[in-house]
Amino acid sequence: MSQAEPIIKIKDLSKSFDTPDGEIKVLDRINLDIYKGEIFGIIGVSGAGKSTLVRCINFLERPTSGTIIFDGRDLATLSQKELYRTRQSMGMIFQQFNLLMQRTALDNVCFPLEIAGTDKKTARNKAKELLELVGLPDKANAYPSQLSGGQRQRVAIARALATDPKVLLCDEATSALDPSTTREVLALLKDINKRLKVTIVVITHEMKVVEEICNRVAIIDNHLIAEIGTVEEIFARPKSQAARRLFYPEGKQLSLHGDRCCRIVFDGNSASEPVIADMVLRFRTTVNILFADTKNIDGKAFGQIVIQLPQEEGVADRMIEYLKAKGLAVEEVEGFV
Amino acid sequence: MFDSVIVNMLAKGFMETLYMTFVSSAVAYLLGLPLGIVLVVTDKDGIRPIPWLNWFLGVIINLLRSVPFLILLITVIPITRFITGTTLGSTATIVPLVIAAAPFIARLVESSLKEVDRGVIEAAQSMGASPLQIVFKVLLPEARPSLIVGSAIAVTTILSYSAMTGFVGGGGLGDIAIRYGYYRYQTGIMLVTVVLLVIIVQVLQELGMKLAKISDKRN
Repeated sequence: MSQAEPIIKIKDLSKSFDTPDGEIKVLDRINLDIYKGEIFGIIGVSGAGKSTLVRCINFLERPTSGTIIFDGRDLATLSQKELYRTRQSMGMIFQQFNLLMQRTALDNVCFPLEIAGTDKKTARNKAKELLELVGLPDKANAYPSQLSGGQRQRVAIARALATDPKVLLCDEATSALDPSTTREVLALLKDINKRLKVTIVVITHEMKVVEEICNRVAIIDNHLIAEIGTVEEIFARPKSQAARRLFYPEGKQLSLHGDRCCRIVFDGNSASEPVIADMVLRFRTTVNILFADTKNIDGKAFGQIVIQLPQEEGVADRMIEYLKAKGLAVEEVEGFV
Repeated sequence: MFDSVIVNMLAKGFMETLYMTFVSSAVAYLLGLPLGIVLVVTDKDGIRPIPWLNWFLGVIINLLRSVPFLILLITVIPITRFITGTTLGSTATIVPLVIAAAPFIARLVESSLKEVDRGVIEAAQSMGASPLQIVFKVLLPEARPSLIVGSAIAVTTILSYSAMTGFVGGGGLGDIAIRYGYYRYQTGIMLVTVVLLVIIVQVLQELGMKLAKISDKRN
């Protein structure tokens, strides 16, 4: 994924807003490189500043300080006209879809082409192609109010792709959708990334979105980047407190009664064998499973399990050794499980 | 009492009222619509904030709107004479009607345009739309149903103002109502004019609502 030049380079980006109660800092010295062709996730709890961050990438919000370099050009140096043209190579989709309610699906997809000055016939043909790509060829003449949430987001995706953008920015694009529709839309994004080679930036507060489609992820917490890395890396060995809060099951606070707990991550390197059951048989003592979320993909185990270890000191330590020997990422957890 | 002379007079008044109302509305929209658009665009949360201009237009609109119509009618007589060469009759009435209605329409347009979802405007901006493109391709088309409802309100308000101009010899049904009903105690004629006015208002209002509904693709 390390092509020489990043398509988006964010350098020392800070953004503050003036409010009646004084200046509020929303982003603090953010540095990020997003490379061509990757699906990059930016995750954080609401209010962390991630929506502002994505709006700085296309200059819907002007940074207070720092630079955004898109495709080799510093956005701050562009004239207004050049900025408008540059935005045409950055598609964007939104949580609330933001379709034009008084236009049909087809005319919505034509809209960015109208703005770009494409002639009507070319625009309509392109729009038809795109509706086909997103799986809605029969909804061309439907109005957004006649479409379901998932269908509306598909139209929005087709619209965002109309001007053949190099980057697609997704601001909480699946947060208003139900789980199965979310999966469909994510699969569509993944497919688009692969087929059209569009770099995708995904802003979300949902771990499952990042797990499902992202190659790399930045965790934004308290207006700062807490951690950046590949999804597997951070999922298996989160270093920051913010990453732990996000990756640990539900971030729920369970009372632990002073017992030792550990989190076992299955990252696809181990076979889907019944590790916990084998361990219990071997050590002849039980463990309490507090949380488990694993799935079997092509015979490999993915996911995580949180167990409460037995009281006896030695056994607990040996169990951790045993699990590590099985090639699993194991870490003791306190507080958040 | 209702001989052919009276009936002819009523018919003429009816036509005059329609003439005043529609011509005034059209001219008032010519001024009020751009004014409303400028108010929305230059607002501090607008797509091209210009605070001083927004404040300045706001003050002028409020000033004009706070003058009672009857007083405005008399105050602008010199302007009316300058533009139309007379202060009597339906055509002369159009001048004060436009001056009173344009700021009112600007406010109606402003509130309609402000109903347009902020997110849709943002989406257009993210596609590189210029403020002018946003006005003509997003704000106006998306607010269309609301603008139609607003125009029904505007036209019926102008109609009732036009009836008031009867007091200064403005012509139309209001003029007849005042001359016959008020000065000569011919209640019958006055009632007929009132009924006619009610019918016009009903028809215009219903028409506006129906058109708005047909044009709205949200349901």
